[in-house]
Order: sequence, then C-alpha cells, then structure tokens
Amino acid sequence: MKVINKNQFIITYFNLYGVKLVTQSTQEESLLNRYGKTLRTDRWWFEPLLVGIGLFLFIMYSTVSAAILGNYWSYEIGPYLSPFFEPLFYTDVIPKWVSPAIFILWAPLSFRMTCYYYRRAYYRSYFLSPPACAVREPANSYAGESTVPLIVQNIHRFAMYGALIFVPILWNGAIRSFYWEGEIGIGVGSLILTLNAFLLSGYTLGCHSFRHLVGGGLNSFTGSKYQVIRKKVWDMVSSLNAHHKKWAWSSLIIVGFSDLYVHMVAAEWIVDFNTWGSFF
Amino acid sequence: MPIVELKVWRGGDDGEYQTFHVEYDEGEVILDVVHRLQSTQAQDLAVRWNCKAGKCGSCSAEVNGKPSLMCMTRMINFTSGDVIAISPMKTFPLIKDLVTDVAWNYENARKVPHFKPKERDADGKHRMMQIDIERGQEFHQCIECYLCQNVCHVIRDHPENKENFVGPRFFIQMAQVNMHPLESVSQKPDALEGYGLDYCNITKCCTDVCPAGIKITDNAIIPLKERLIDDKFDPLRWLGRKIKIGNSK
Repeated sequence: MKVINKNQFIITYFNLYGVKLVTQSTQEESLLNRYGKTLRTDRWWFEPLLVGIGLFLFIMYSTVSAAILGNYWSYEIGPYLSPFFEPLFYTDVIPKWVSPAIFILWAPLSFRMTCYYYRRAYYRSYFLSPPACAVREPANSYAGESTVPLIVQNIHRFAMYGALIFVPILWNGAIRSFYWEGEIGIGVGSLILTLNAFLLSGYTLGCHSFRHLVGGGLNSFTGSKYQVIRKKVWDMVSSLNAHHKKWAWSSLIIVGFSDLYVHMVAAEWIVDFNTWGSFF
Repeated sequence: MPIVELKVWRGGDDGEYQTFHVEYDEGEVILDVVHRLQSTQAQDLAVRWNCKAGKCGSCSAEVNGKPSLMCMTRMINFTSGDVIAISPMKTFPLIKDLVTDVAWNYENARKVPHFKPKERDADGKHRMMQIDIERGQEFHQCIECYLCQNVCHVIRDHPENKENFVGPRFFIQMAQVNMHPLESVSQKPDALEGYGLDYCNITKCCTDVCPAGIKITDNAIIPLKERLIDDKFDPLRWLGRKIKIGNSK
C-alpha cells in the first residue's frame, strides 16, 4: 500500500493545471490555508474566469461608449436612440464633455451592481470570495455583508424602484423606433431595440426584490382577493426569477449590442435594413 | 472488473491520504466501492452511512474535492484507472477517517426560532390553506446531510464565524417557520437578527451541493434577507408600520 502526504496530493492536483504554488521545502505549512486550496479536479476556475472577462468587457465598453465618448460619438440615428441614452436629456446648461448618459446610467448601474445574481458573479470572479465552491478563498477574515462597505448592498430594493421606471421608458423607445418622419415602418434596429426592451423587462421583473415586493413578503395568500392576486403575480415573477441569471446576461449583452448597433449605423459603418430607406 | 485508485483520508487531523486499488462495477456508487475497500483491504476504515438511497444524509463526504453524498455519486462517471480522492467534510471536527463530528449543527438547531403557533380560532381549531404552506414544504425535503453547511465558505474558510452564523441548513428552517401562516413569534421585527444572515454573500454553493434539490438561496436565504431589509433598512416600510399600513403579512 502506497502512502502519500495530504499536501503532496494537493500539489499533484495543482500541477495538472500547470500551476505550481509553493516550493517543495515550504509546502507543509504554507499550503494549509493558501488561496486556491482544493482537491477539485474539474475546471472550477473556468466559470469565474469567463464571468470576470465578460463583466470587464461590458464595463469597459459601456464606460467608453456612454460616459467618455457620449457627445463625441453619435448615439441617435433616424428613429433609433441608443438605450444608454434613453430618455434623452437635451440641455444647453451642461458642457459638451459631460455625456447625457450619466443622467441615465446611475439607475441600471446601481441595480445591476447590487443585484443578487451579479453579486454572486463578481464576489466569485473579482473578490474570490470564494472563487468556486469548496475552493479556499484568499481573505484571512470575513464578515460578508454585515459591515461597511458591503452592507450597502441592502439598497438593492431602492435600485430596483429606479430600474422599474426605465422599463416603460425603454419600451417607449422601442415603439418609437417603428415610426420615422410620419411613416410607420420597421428596421433591423427596431427589432434590436424591441428585443432589448423585452429582455430588460424580463430581467427587471424577475428581480428577487421585486419578487419579495409583489408577494414574497406575505405569509398568507388567501386572506383577501388582493392577496390571491398577489399570489398569481408572485408565481409569474417566480418563474422569471428561476432564470434570473439567463435574463441578466442576455439583457446585458443586448443592451451593449443595441448601443453598438446605433453607433455603427450612425457612423455609416453598416447599413440598417429598413422600410424607410436611408436616414442620411 | 475495472479498477479505480482510491485516495482515502485515514486517521484524525494528523492523518494522511492512503492509496488503494479497488474493483468496481459501472452500476455502483462510491459508497459501494468504499464498502468493498472496507471488507477487503481496510477493515478498520471509519465511514458513516445508513440508507444508501440519498435519504438519510449520513454518508456526506468530499469526492474529488466536491461535497457529495457517497451513495449518490455514481461510478459510471469514472473510468478504469481514474484517481478518486475521498475526504471527510472539512468544516467539521474530524473524528476518524471519513467520520466528522457534526454536533455544531445540533446546537444551531436549538438556537434558531421554533414554530410557535398563533392562538386557536374560537372553535378551538387552527386553520391554514394548502396554498399558504406550499412554500415551506420545499424545505421539508432537507435530509440534514449538512453538505450545505460544509461547503459554505463563511464557516469553511473562516471557522471563527461559527459563533455568529447558523448556516444555510438553519436558514431554511428559519424560512420555514417565518413564512408559516400560523407562526406568531418569528415574524416580529428583529426576530431574524443575530443568526448571521448578513454574512451570506449569496454565492449559492449551498444550493449547488444540495442533494435534495432545495433552492436554498433563492427560496430561503434571499427572501429572509428581504424580510430583514423590510425591518432594518426600508424607511418606507418603517413608516408604514408606524401608521399601520402595508404590514399585512
């Protein structure tokens, strides 16, 4: 019977990924509580890596497109307005270098930053808390969301109130995209903006806080007709909530793509196929 | 029969992994192979088990680092020659080999609120509708395997939090009581404080490992967090309670 040391075994598994954490001479003590300690042999690092890259790319793109280049890169063409700028704030008071998107983005940004799904995603990918299930995290102490700064996550329901306002606003933009210079029509941009409004509605209305608000906070669904109705709404929101991760990612991707599409049409990099002809 | 290489933790905290080569059949589960190991090569191997059907929650361990029930981990997922590491649950004190002391969970079971029903109706009966208790019935599926407690990083990586945190298994017990239509005590403001709900950062590992398929995070922890927010952080709710509106739990 072959006997091996516990820590030698851990080293063996890490080496499968080509990662050497410590030298042999120090492995005994330092590995015991070292970040990444695990016996998992699957690719546990893949999902947090993918999520981390995805979120990073979106944050970079939206910051450049909406906040930095806001007034220097056309965000409106024909009946299409980028969802980053919906509703559009026209004012001569603010200087040109201030993007009108900053009057909009606080709502979706605070909503997504405090969203229960995104918290899970970035706690794993960026805070490594933990990077994956049963994988040792790097922090020596932990108090979660019980202290400053993460106690701020409790503002999520207020962020949700703000995000709810933008659901009809985005639908208004989507419906407006079917009407140009007195003529009803349809274009690829109209379809993209409508899909954006649909996916964002599914994400917002499937929010855990909204689920609590519509009926989750009740203990009885049968006391009155009002409670019976709330149970039905709660059931519908629960079915959306069960796929909250999918709604979160699909709505994130489409809102970025919608913005990019409008920019590309406005810059004449691509042609929008529609029933109105050219916008230029 | 095909053969796998088992690396099994032997001894107490100062123990070590020992390597064995054991025959298996594709239709078996890890626990079958451990039993074969016990009967042929390591008669003194300590392993806790009972029903071998995923219902008693006794054979919790970590298979290749993943918290799992040994009786529900199928050998068909492995091929001959594979190396399988079997470790005891990391979060609890080790007794011997694959057996841990889970008494901390029993202390928490005593600590969390228990069901205290409201006054009976005038005719001496309690009344509730099926639709009102369906939510709590999901939590009845818990088999108390404590895999969720074992995988939770709040205590797995930070044992010092054990004093302030009862863990996912007892959050579902709290949710079950708190959402019950006849509950009288635990629905009062502040009743959810002091059990470590705010330590949870909803990374969902408890849900991922639950062999009963309970949506611990979505259906118990987050709803409880939202109820706690109702009581602690929502000024509109606070105002509503003061003027007696919108408090129709």
